[in-house]
Amino acid sequence: MALLRKAGIFLLTLAIASVLVFAFMAVLPGDPAQVALGVNATPELLAQTRHAFGIDRPLPAQYTDWVGGLLTGNFGRSYITGDAIGPQLVDRFEVTLWLVGAATVVAVIVAVPLGTLAAARHRKASGTVVSGLSQLGAAIPAFLAGIVLVEIFAVSLRILPSGGWTPPDADPVAFLKGLVLPALSLGLVQAAVLTRYVRSAVLDVLREDYLRTARAKGLKPAQALVRHGLRNAAVPVMTVLGLQLATLLIGAVVVERVFVIPGLGSMLLDAVGSRDLIVVQDVVMVLVAAVLVINLLVDVLYTVVDPRLRRAR
Amino acid sequence: MVRALLAIMLVAALAGCSAGSTAYSSPSADAITIGFTAPPANLDFTRTDGAAIPQALLDNVYQGLVRLDANGAVVPQLATSWTVSPDRRTYDFQLRPNVTFTDGEPFTADTVKFSIDRVHTDWTISLKSAMDVVDHVEAVNPTHARVVLKQPSNGWLFTMASRVGAMFAPNGVKNLPTTPIGTGPYELDRFNRGDSIVLKANPGYWGPRPAYGRVVLKYFQDPTALNNALLSNGIDVISSVQAPDSLAQFASDERFTTIQGTTTAEVVLSFNNAKAPLDDRRVRQALTYGIDRKALLDTAWAGKGLLIGSMVPPSDPWYEDLSAVYPYDPAKAKQLLADAGQQHLTLRLRIPNLPYAVDSAQVIRSQLAEIGVTATIEELAFPAVWLKQVFAGHDFDMSIVAHVEARDIATFGNPKYYWGYDNPAVTQLLADADAGTPEQQIADMKKVARTINADAAADWLFLLPNLIVAKKGITGLPPNQVGEAFDLSALGRS
Repeated sequence: MALLRKAGIFLLTLAIASVLVFAFMAVLPGDPAQVALGVNATPELLAQTRHAFGIDRPLPAQYTDWVGGLLTGNFGRSYITGDAIGPQLVDRFEVTLWLVGAATVVAVIVAVPLGTLAAARHRKASGTVVSGLSQLGAAIPAFLAGIVLVEIFAVSLRILPSGGWTPPDADPVAFLKGLVLPALSLGLVQAAVLTRYVRSAVLDVLREDYLRTARAKGLKPAQALVRHGLRNAAVPVMTVLGLQLATLLIGAVVVERVFVIPGLGSMLLDAVGSRDLIVVQDVVMVLVAAVLVINLLVDVLYTVVDPRLRRAR
Repeated sequence: MVRALLAIMLVAALAGCSAGSTAYSSPSADAITIGFTAPPANLDFTRTDGAAIPQALLDNVYQGLVRLDANGAVVPQLATSWTVSPDRRTYDFQLRPNVTFTDGEPFTADTVKFSIDRVHTDWTISLKSAMDVVDHVEAVNPTHARVVLKQPSNGWLFTMASRVGAMFAPNGVKNLPTTPIGTGPYELDRFNRGDSIVLKANPGYWGPRPAYGRVVLKYFQDPTALNNALLSNGIDVISSVQAPDSLAQFASDERFTTIQGTTTAEVVLSFNNAKAPLDDRRVRQALTYGIDRKALLDTAWAGKGLLIGSMVPPSDPWYEDLSAVYPYDPAKAKQLLADAGQQHLTLRLRIPNLPYAVDSAQVIRSQLAEIGVTATIEELAFPAVWLKQVFAGHDFDMSIVAHVEARDIATFGNPKYYWGYDNPAVTQLLADADAGTPEQQIADMKKVARTINADAAADWLFLLPNLIVAKKGITGLPPNQVGEAFDLSALGRS
C-alpha cells in the first residue's frame, strides 16, 4: 500500500514537472526555427522549418506528442542536428553519473571522518577548527572551487588535466585523471555541508544512553562510537545525502561547463542557448526523474540501515 | 580510529598527487592536439549547419575540385586545372588521376557528377542553394568533368571551395553523421561526441604524407577552459583565441608563440536604413564621423584587428583600404546632424550579449554622447533573442554583430536584409559582378564597396583578428581564417 502510494506520488510529480517544463519552454523568447537557420533564414525557409519541427501546431498537440513519445521511449529528434535524442541522453547521463558518483564518494570519504572528529572533540580546538572550516567550505560555490583547483593543479603544477573527458573504456588512466578535479570541486563543497550534518548526528548519538552503557561495559569511547554509534547516526546523514545527490546533479551542470565534460549539464546549456527546446525538455525530465528515483532509493535504504523501520511497516 | 582514517586519507592524497605527476600530453613525434571552441554535434555537414564540422573535415578528410589557399584565392585541389567557356556558363575541369577514397572507391568524373547532383537531392542546409545555378554536370571521360551553369556565376566557383563542393564516394554516404569517407590527407579515427575528433593520416593519400600521423581536435565550450588546457599542456595549439585580453598570459610564457592573421568577420555597427532617422544618409554619415574606430579597436579588442571601412576583408581580390574615408571628426558630425535637423537624437543600440559587441557598445555610447546623440544599449541573448527581434523583426536603430560569412557584402543587394539598405544600383552591380569576367568582377565589387561606404550604409568598426597560440616549434598553422576549413595538411615541426 505504502509502495503504491509512493509510486503514485512519483508519477504525479513527473506529470506536473512535464507540464511545467513544457510551459516554460513555450514562453521562452526566441524561435527555434530562426535560430536553426541563423542569418540565412527567409520567410519560406522559416515556415518550412517550423513545420518540420512541428512547432507550427497548437501547443496542446505539441505537448501530447512529446509526452506520448516519452511514454513509448521516443525522446524525439534534435531541432538543430536532426539526431535522435534518446541515445545521446544515455551517453550523456552515463558521463554525469560518473561525475556525481565520484563527487559523492569524495563527499562521504571526507565528511564522515571529519564530522565524527568534530563531534567527538566538540569541546576541543581540533573539533572547533573542523566546524569552522566546514562552515567556510559550504559557502564556496562548486564552480569557484573548480576554477581554483584548475589554477593550482593544472595551470601551475601541471599534474592534472584542466578539463576534457576520456571515456573509461578508451583509456582508464586518463579517465581517472580527468575525473579527479571535477569530482573534487563538486565533492568538497558537498563534503563541507555533509560534515556539519554528520557532526550533529554523531553529537546526538553521543548523548544516548546506550553509548554510556557501552562505555560502562568497558569499551573505550572511540570503540563505543564506531560499534554502536555510527550506524545510528547514519539515518539522518543518509537523508541529507539523498537531498545532496539532487544538488549534485544540478551542480554538475555548472561544473561540467567549467571542466568541458560532455554530460547532461553541457547538453542542457547548449540546448538552451540554441533553443533546441525538445532537447531541453528531455534533459530536464531526465534530471527530474533521476532526483525522484534517488529519493525513492533513500526511502528503501532507510529500512536496510535501520531494522526498526522495517518492523514498523 | 579517527586518527587512522585521517592518516589513510593523507597517504591516499599524496599518492594521488605523485601518481599524476607525469605530463599527459606533449607534441610527441607523431601526434598533435589542437583546441577549438564549439564541438560539432555530428560529422554530417550536408544536413547539420554551423562552422564546426567543415572546419574539422573540409580539406582534411573531404576535398573539393578547388580549395581556398591561405590568402583566400581559389586554387586547384582534386582538379588539376579548369577552363571557362566564353559565355562563362561551361566549366571544364581536368581531374587528378589515381585518386581513391578511403573506402577504396576511385575518384572520377562520375564522382563529381554524383557529388554535385547530391546537393540538390540530399542536402538540407540553406547553403545548398549555392548549387541552384548548376544546370547539369557531364562526365566527359574519367578525368574530365564538365559543369554547365544556367547563367554565368563567379560566386559558384568560389562556393565550390566551400563544403558544398566536397566530393563524396557514391558508396561512402550511408552513414555521414559518424563515418566520413573522403580523399584527403586524413581519415577519421574516432569521434568522441562533445569532446574530440581524432584524425589519422590516410595511408593511400595522393599527396605528400602529412607531418603528424595523428591529429586530435579537442573542443572546449568555455574560453577559459580552452586557455587553461594550453597552459597545462593539455593541448598544443589554440586554434582561435576568443578574447584578446587572454593573450597576455601566453605572451609572457616562453613556451608559446602567437600568430595573428585575418578573418572574414567584419564587426559591423549596423544602421536600420529603412527607418527614420537612420534612413537619412546625413545622420548615418554623422554617426560614422562621430565614432573614433581606432580608439574603439584599442579599447574593445586590445588593438588587435584591422580597420576596413567597408564590407571587404583583405583576402578578397577587390579589397581596398577605405578606413580613412570618414576620419574621426566630431565637429563635422554635429554639423551633419544639424543639417538633418536631428540635434537631440536618441537611438536604440540593441546588441547581442557577446564580448566584442558589449565592449564596442560602451565605447560607441560615450563617443556618440560627445556629438549629442544618446545611445541606449540593450543586450539581447544571442543567438535566439537577437535573431528574433533584430534580425528577423527589424526592431532596432543600431546593432553590432560580426558578419562572419565569406563575401557577405552581397547582403547589401538584398533590400529585405535586416539593415534595410535599398539601392538598386548596388543590387545591379552585384549581379553584373557575378556574371562578368574576373576583371569585371573585381571592378564592379570595388564600386559596390565604395558605394556602400559613401552611403554610410553601416559603420564597419573593424575586422576581427585570427589569433592562434601554439607551442613553439609547431609550423604550418593556417594564419588566416578565410574559408570554412582549418587546413591541417601543412602542419609540421621545426
